Amino acid sequence: MMRPEAAIYMDNNATTRVAPEVLEAMMPYLRDYYGNPSSMHRFGGQVGAAVTKARRQVADLLGAAPEEIVFTSCGTESDSTAIFSALQSLSDKRHIVTTRVEHPAVKNLCENLDTLTGHKHRLTRLMVAADGTLDLKKYEEALADDTAIVSIMWANNETGVIFPIAEMARMAKERGILFHTDAVQAVGKIPINLKEMSVDFLSLSGHKLHGPKGVGVLYVRRGTPFVPFLVGGHQENGRRGGTENVASIVGLGRACALAAEKMAEENSRVKALRDKLEEGLLTSIPHSMLNGHKTKRLPNTANISFEYVEGEAILLHMDQFDICASSGSACTSGSLEPSHVLRAMGVPFTAAHGSIRFSLSIYNTENEIDFVLEKMPPIIAGLREMSPFWKAEK
Amino acid sequence: MWEYTNKVQQHFLHPKNVGEIENPDGTGEVGSLACGDALKLTFKLDDKGVISDAKFKTFGCASAIASSSVLTEMIIGMTLDEAAKVTNEDIADRLGGLPKEKMHCSVMGREALESAIANHKGLKLPMAEGEVVCECFGVTDFEIIRAIKESNLHSVEEITNFTKAGGGCGKCLDRLREILVDTVHQGVDIKNMVEQPKRMTALQKIKKIEEALEREIRPTLRMDGGDIELVDVDGDFVMVSLRGACTSCSKSQTTLKEYVEKKLRELVLDSLIVEEIKK
Repeated sequence: MMRPEAAIYMDNNATTRVAPEVLEAMMPYLRDYYGNPSSMHRFGGQVGAAVTKARRQVADLLGAAPEEIVFTSCGTESDSTAIFSALQSLSDKRHIVTTRVEHPAVKNLCENLDTLTGHKHRLTRLMVAADGTLDLKKYEEALADDTAIVSIMWANNETGVIFPIAEMARMAKERGILFHTDAVQAVGKIPINLKEMSVDFLSLSGHKLHGPKGVGVLYVRRGTPFVPFLVGGHQENGRRGGTENVASIVGLGRACALAAEKMAEENSRVKALRDKLEEGLLTSIPHSMLNGHKTKRLPNTANISFEYVEGEAILLHMDQFDICASSGSACTSGSLEPSHVLRAMGVPFTAAHGSIRFSLSIYNTENEIDFVLEKMPPIIAGLREMSPFWKAEK
Repeated sequence: MWEYTNKVQQHFLHPKNVGEIENPDGTGEVGSLACGDALKLTFKLDDKGVISDAKFKTFGCASAIASSSVLTEMIIGMTLDEAAKVTNEDIADRLGGLPKEKMHCSVMGREALESAIANHKGLKLPMAEGEVVCECFGVTDFEIIRAIKESNLHSVEEITNFTKAGGGCGKCLDRLREILVDTVHQGVDIKNMVEQPKRMTALQKIKKIEEALEREIRPTLRMDGGDIELVDVDGDFVMVSLRGACTSCSKSQTTLKEYVEKKLRELVLDSLIVEEIKK
């Protein structure tokens, strides 16, 4: 097997390569068009039009209207804005419904709301099943009269498991509850049409879909009560103060247009590559298992546990072959416990420590998949040879 | 990504003495699958009582594997008495250092060695007899006190880095702080240190908080154009109001928790909780 020339990047749920088309679209706004969109002179006008175009491109990918798009600095800011906004505009309601498997941007915010706001809150964190899916009945039971907002991710960053957002948003709507979804992992990977849904807030991040870092979006459905998080100038229609990050906004717009063009490829070619990788690893490596539902999943993500070996050790051996992925093991995080997502799913410790997440993109090739399939079995076998648990348990 | 030394990488990628000795003269097993790392060490003695061979099997990250590998290299050729003197610092030093969060890997190596020597001598390990303080990782007070003394630890965070205690659910953090204070100030009048704050009257507490605010906290906040005012003290709850640049600063909540609260806990009372009152 020929070793591919460049590094094999399979960590696209962490961040993605900036698409060449995106970089090209951004460059003039870093070099020549340095104006402030708020200015009256020609420099302002040029960039104002570019921001308007980008806003439309983002809206088109989401099935939204341009005025429903608020540019932010990242996914985390979008999440904070949505949740704080709901809690301030519905100040008599102090209950939040979320899940055990949210990204830290939502998880840590919700868990610290009392200290952050100085008010007591009630938090329901829904459990997930062993395959990472949610129980809709439990969800319905959790919705209460004092629920201000539901915040549930569209797709999980670690397992790729997709939640039934359309249905859950509808159920919240019926109870007059605001619905926020962190769609950072879903946008650009699966089709989204907000026109047909009752989602009130949606967060996305530029760098997860081949756009630049440092730019995000909060979608705010028309008519949804809104309180700004960053208070300042009149930018973003008074919904987010701060001079626009023009080049990155232009880049994000281009990235959204590109994602729309490539959506079919993502869901066919990339999915086929992911399936080949996943099936190949599960068949060639004994005592390996898939984490997450087999089909209700993003087309690019495969989270696989290799029992009796530890994730960081696997990753560093992979790195020797320029293969880049990530792990839910304790040692890779700096904390001493394995991923909260895998623990919520009840993945046994024997497997959680040895979990590897492969997340692909349109830039991955079949040659790369073959190379990874060739290298992984000896890496795992070598580490197992060294593991005191391996022979005893086999 | 961790910053590993070349020596760590070398021992991780090409470990020495992997395996298990048949009919060993000593076997030491520490850690578990649940903990995320485990080590089984076996050694053989020659007729002069010198370790003639040592092998390891390790489940764990790069630094756990490298620590095990370098440990076997170090002890081959040593007498048992010499081997008994090997410390976790020695292991880390031989590797050119370990990231501080990974020091527990070198501690695991030392513990496996001790356990193997005890096994050879038919002795029970003293650390197994201590009281379990951290239930998540099964760490006893014996191991914690020893780490504090031997590695000269000065914070709970360091205890976690070296022993893993407190790295899970966090329930034992208060107990760790107690052990730390007791151990560090052994000989000093610890009674006064720990109990005095509890006997503080409300008035004394408020005075001390005001003092700490005036002397330490305000000057720092003022450098960034902010300020802080004490509104009320209710038990452990310290209600404050932020002023100046702090009111519009998105990081003010972090400042409140990470700086003001920490500082007040350090200077006045360990259990204080700072909350902001918005006007």
